[in-house]
Amino acid sequence: MANYSTNEFRSGLKLMLDGDPCSILENEFVKPGKGQAFSRVKLRNLKSGRVLEKTFKSGESLEGADVIDMDMQYLYEDGDFWYFMEPDTFEQHQASEQAVGEALKWLREQDICVVTLYNGAPLSVVPPNHVELEIVETDPGLRGDTAQGGSKPAKLITGAVVKVPLFLDQGDVIKVDTRTGEYQGRVKE
Amino acid sequence: MADQWQPGIHMSSLHYRSELLQSLRSFFQQRQVLEVDVPVLARSTVTDINIESISTLVSGNSGYLQTSPEYFMKRLLAAGSGDIFCLGKAFRDAESGRRHNPEFTLLEWYRCGWDEHQLMAEVAELISQLANVGADTQLVVTKLSYGECFKSVLGVDPHSAKIASLQQMAVEASSESWAHESRANCLDLLFSLNVEPQLPNGLVFIYDYPACQAALAQLNLNAQGQLVSRRFEAFFNSMELANGYMELTDAVQQRERFEKETDQRSAQNKPAVAIDEKLMAALDSGLPPCAGVALGVDRLLMQLLRADSIDQAMAFSWQRC
Repeated sequence: MANYSTNEFRSGLKLMLDGDPCSILENEFVKPGKGQAFSRVKLRNLKSGRVLEKTFKSGESLEGADVIDMDMQYLYEDGDFWYFMEPDTFEQHQASEQAVGEALKWLREQDICVVTLYNGAPLSVVPPNHVELEIVETDPGLRGDTAQGGSKPAKLITGAVVKVPLFLDQGDVIKVDTRTGEYQGRVKE
Repeated sequence: MADQWQPGIHMSSLHYRSELLQSLRSFFQQRQVLEVDVPVLARSTVTDINIESISTLVSGNSGYLQTSPEYFMKRLLAAGSGDIFCLGKAFRDAESGRRHNPEFTLLEWYRCGWDEHQLMAEVAELISQLANVGADTQLVVTKLSYGECFKSVLGVDPHSAKIASLQQMAVEASSESWAHESRANCLDLLFSLNVEPQLPNGLVFIYDYPACQAALAQLNLNAQGQLVSRRFEAFFNSMELANGYMELTDAVQQRERFEKETDQRSAQNKPAVAIDEKLMAALDSGLPPCAGVALGVDRLLMQLLRADSIDQAMAFSWQRC
């Protein structure tokens, strides 16, 4: 991979730092009038998800990380791995449980996810922002109680548990925002 | 790229900027300070280790866009101009960011027979006038020595601390790459990262800079008997705004400092810069005792407009040029 100098730093750039791939979130150029220039960089470690701050002297460079984000279709899991396919080439990639991470509880076969590849292998998986999933387990619905607040837990077909309004029942399909885990509405079928 | 034809500054701010430039001029006219417009293109430039000039060709000979009007203004002072100010453009290479643009507007002025504390008072008067227009609140002005300010935040005396402990602190504040940095660079890093964000709001003057950061300022002993430079900086809401000196008039000392800088440049593989011999000749002939300060006008406008980026304080920042 190419090296990137501090003057090429910008948000979204993927770099190697202490052996881990990182993504730049923010880069601020700092220079006292008479002093040495430097870059204050906020990065996300793409393996651990942790955010860290580093300060580099202007002109220092870091190795680029072989990281790309790609839309892929989720196919299936076999107990050990989760399988994703590039829609254009039909090439398949197997992702570990660690790579799938939190996405696990939202994944339904055939959904299109963003898979981050590091040196060609899945590093992390981001599910679609909104998913429509069936409720498989919840307390019986209170018909007519559609106006007032109040919620109850509901288990979805993928295993996720979300808070839903009281009127919903087992078998209902709901829309969920995967970024917040919040119920968005019932899907009429 | 297509939307980059538009200016970064808001139309109402463009009017405000125009009024600001007029206010700056009238401030000095009322005080009988002469406006001078000196060249921005010259055959020589500064040797500062941390300031890179933009070079160009003039009829086949090398020329430089000036990083400040300082040397020309000092030649005028040596020629007997008396108090002068310059409101114009300055250029510094590889400086671009939220608070930096390679081309910027600089207000620089010199007061003959004044010291740096008198000049700080005048900077405060100027900023107070500008900041209080249409506002009920008074600008808060604070004055702190570099040493007390640094020590209160970092617990270490910047003038007497060993270089190794400053390097260690710099590494902890940033990364391993500071382990072998110079005293001046470590101090700059620590001050920028740790002290600046802690500065009170309003206008803050930091004076008695470390001797290693004297640049073109006289050296002096502070109350604790430590060697410090008679240099100050003004910060406006924690942002560096102005840099001033009790000017060094000793041509021999100044040449020694310039030679040290040219040596450092070659040691660090930075572009070689020849010492400005016309400035040296002016210093030889005699610079009157004076204090001088340079103030970033775009940054001043940023603060007055409460803008986040210098791009919002100038018509077209470099990204739009």
